[in-house]
Amino acid sequence: MRIELQKRARVSTLFSVLSPLLALVLTLIGGAILFWALGKNPGSALYSFFIEPLLEVWSLHELAVKAAPLILIAVGLSICYRSNNWNIGAEGQFTIGAITGSILPVLYPEWHSPMILPLMLLMGIAGGALYAGIPALLKTRFNTNEILTSLMLVYIAQLFLDWLVRGPWRDPQGYNFPQTKSFQIEAVLPEMLASGRAHWGFAFAIIAAVALWFMMRFMLKGFEVQVLGQSERAGRFAGFSARRMVWFSMLVSGGLAGLAGISEVSGSIGHVQPSISPGYGFTAIIVAFLGRLNPLGIIASGLVLALTYLGGEAAQLSIGISDKVSRVFQGLLLFFVLSCDTLIHYRIRLIFAGSQAEAKG
Amino acid sequence: MFEAILLTVITAATPLVIAALGELVTERAGVLNLGVEGMMIMGAVCAFAATQMTGSPYIGIVAGIVGGGLFSLLFGFLTLTLVANQVATGLALTILGLGISGQLGESFVGQPGIKLQPIVIPLLSDIPFFGRVLFAQDLTFYLSIALVIGINWFLFKSRRGLKLRAIGDNHGSAHALGINVIRTRYLAVLFGGACAGLAGAQLSLVYTPQWVENMSAGRGWIALALVVFASWRPWRVLAGGYLFGAVTIGQLHAQAFGIGIPSQVLSALPYVATIVVLIIISHNRRTTLINTPASLGKAFVPDR
Repeated sequence: MRIELQKRARVSTLFSVLSPLLALVLTLIGGAILFWALGKNPGSALYSFFIEPLLEVWSLHELAVKAAPLILIAVGLSICYRSNNWNIGAEGQFTIGAITGSILPVLYPEWHSPMILPLMLLMGIAGGALYAGIPALLKTRFNTNEILTSLMLVYIAQLFLDWLVRGPWRDPQGYNFPQTKSFQIEAVLPEMLASGRAHWGFAFAIIAAVALWFMMRFMLKGFEVQVLGQSERAGRFAGFSARRMVWFSMLVSGGLAGLAGISEVSGSIGHVQPSISPGYGFTAIIVAFLGRLNPLGIIASGLVLALTYLGGEAAQLSIGISDKVSRVFQGLLLFFVLSCDTLIHYRIRLIFAGSQAEAKG
Repeated sequence: MFEAILLTVITAATPLVIAALGELVTERAGVLNLGVEGMMIMGAVCAFAATQMTGSPYIGIVAGIVGGGLFSLLFGFLTLTLVANQVATGLALTILGLGISGQLGESFVGQPGIKLQPIVIPLLSDIPFFGRVLFAQDLTFYLSIALVIGINWFLFKSRRGLKLRAIGDNHGSAHALGINVIRTRYLAVLFGGACAGLAGAQLSLVYTPQWVENMSAGRGWIALALVVFASWRPWRVLAGGYLFGAVTIGQLHAQAFGIGIPSQVLSALPYVATIVVLIIISHNRRTTLINTPASLGKAFVPDR
């Protein structure tokens, strides 16, 4: 038996919608097998992983807290990936955004003004965008592969953060803990509702997603992104500049990652510490693909991936399995998404020796 | 003193060289597998687990190779059979590898490992200085050298190597000539995975004989950069690998001496060096274009 692909005459709209759902179902099946292999009851494990976190108000707030950075980063990445610019260093841009955004509250803890929060957010965006500007500059100026440079910059950003909070930014009254002073109240991103922890970062995420969806759907810039992504040559004939697109997509995605970084630090953590992200920048890559690189789809997929983080924590408490399972889930999910996407462009036929049989359409 | 430093440089360079050589063959066949980091860490955890269970690091080496190889087939199935995007699938492989290895290795955290012992070659190792450096190493070092020579011969002197390079440069023409593109690419991906697995095994059995989560620490990505640095030539991989090994070890020694530079700055050096090297190598567009396999990263669907 072998597998043969047959190109569809036109892109299947049915499978465009169905493929992420199919991937989710396959991941759940994979997860059930995984739990079974770990010696747990698959049904109750999946229940405590994926359903239980949705049943209480506080954990819904946690879901929004975790989804906010994922969605913010992923909508930016979707512009990059659509235009064929492979920024995989969002984790670093997130980190730098958190650092530049925190400059004011860390250096001027006595400054009590309503101005401070907007300035912090702007500085976070600027920091993330500038950091993403490095691979953009290297790609446009020196023809350097942005995948490798943006990833190397992640390690550098993390080491820089580590040095800051253990060195010049360490709180002298902090019992030698490697963290800064807690931010003054004016520098804390407020909660959206009185009922829980979800902060305005989630609103930023929704606004960013809708805005970029509008751009991709109704504006010339969105068309430019798609044309240059599919064929740089065709884009050149239309008068679009691939060089400028590198800058545009990298700066947008870096800025959004920076905004996610400062929102997380200011809204969720309240100070700067060596570890500020459980890998949001990398998980956002999965979010972007699960959302089919569509900003509105990314809102949904961001919530799904946020659930895997929460489920991991919940499952650790309730059924005693390591929260590393959530990383496995996330990896499996991306694999299934990518395989199911094949169905959008191709018909898959299973060819048996001798006879030819049509399998799935 | 100098001899001791040189020995540690070799130990640090060997996994980079092995993983980069595997990826070089994969990329010469026109497949860009960004999952080196994931395959490496899978090799590391499989090797460590097998060694703990059997007590023999040699079985561990085999387990590392098999683990990395099998894991790479997942990438092969997605990108070659289902023509999924190679960049995205490679990232997926890395994310999944880091996740699975963290899960598998959880019970090994903190356990003392068993180190792969050097094989001292009689007579040759008695040569002053060079003998101890080159002929009293562990198996992985000898394998890395054998791989450089073997791959160089295979790619540029053998018929199959010529076919593999033809596929990497123009899969359409190669297919028209009757070469089985997909099968060759599967084998190239498998070879790359096996090498990455071996490199991972070196990490958990030689470099630091223990299991630490994420212990590959970006080495898979540095190996990818090395392939670009080497402009897809095996001997240059060897040179580049030792350059990076020297930077890594140099910064460790500088940290030990405490020369007043923050340790984080020194730890960042290998990553900064990677970026600098990429700039130097890539800035001439024309030579990059000539060296890069022309079909690299492009999907191939045979028409029938």
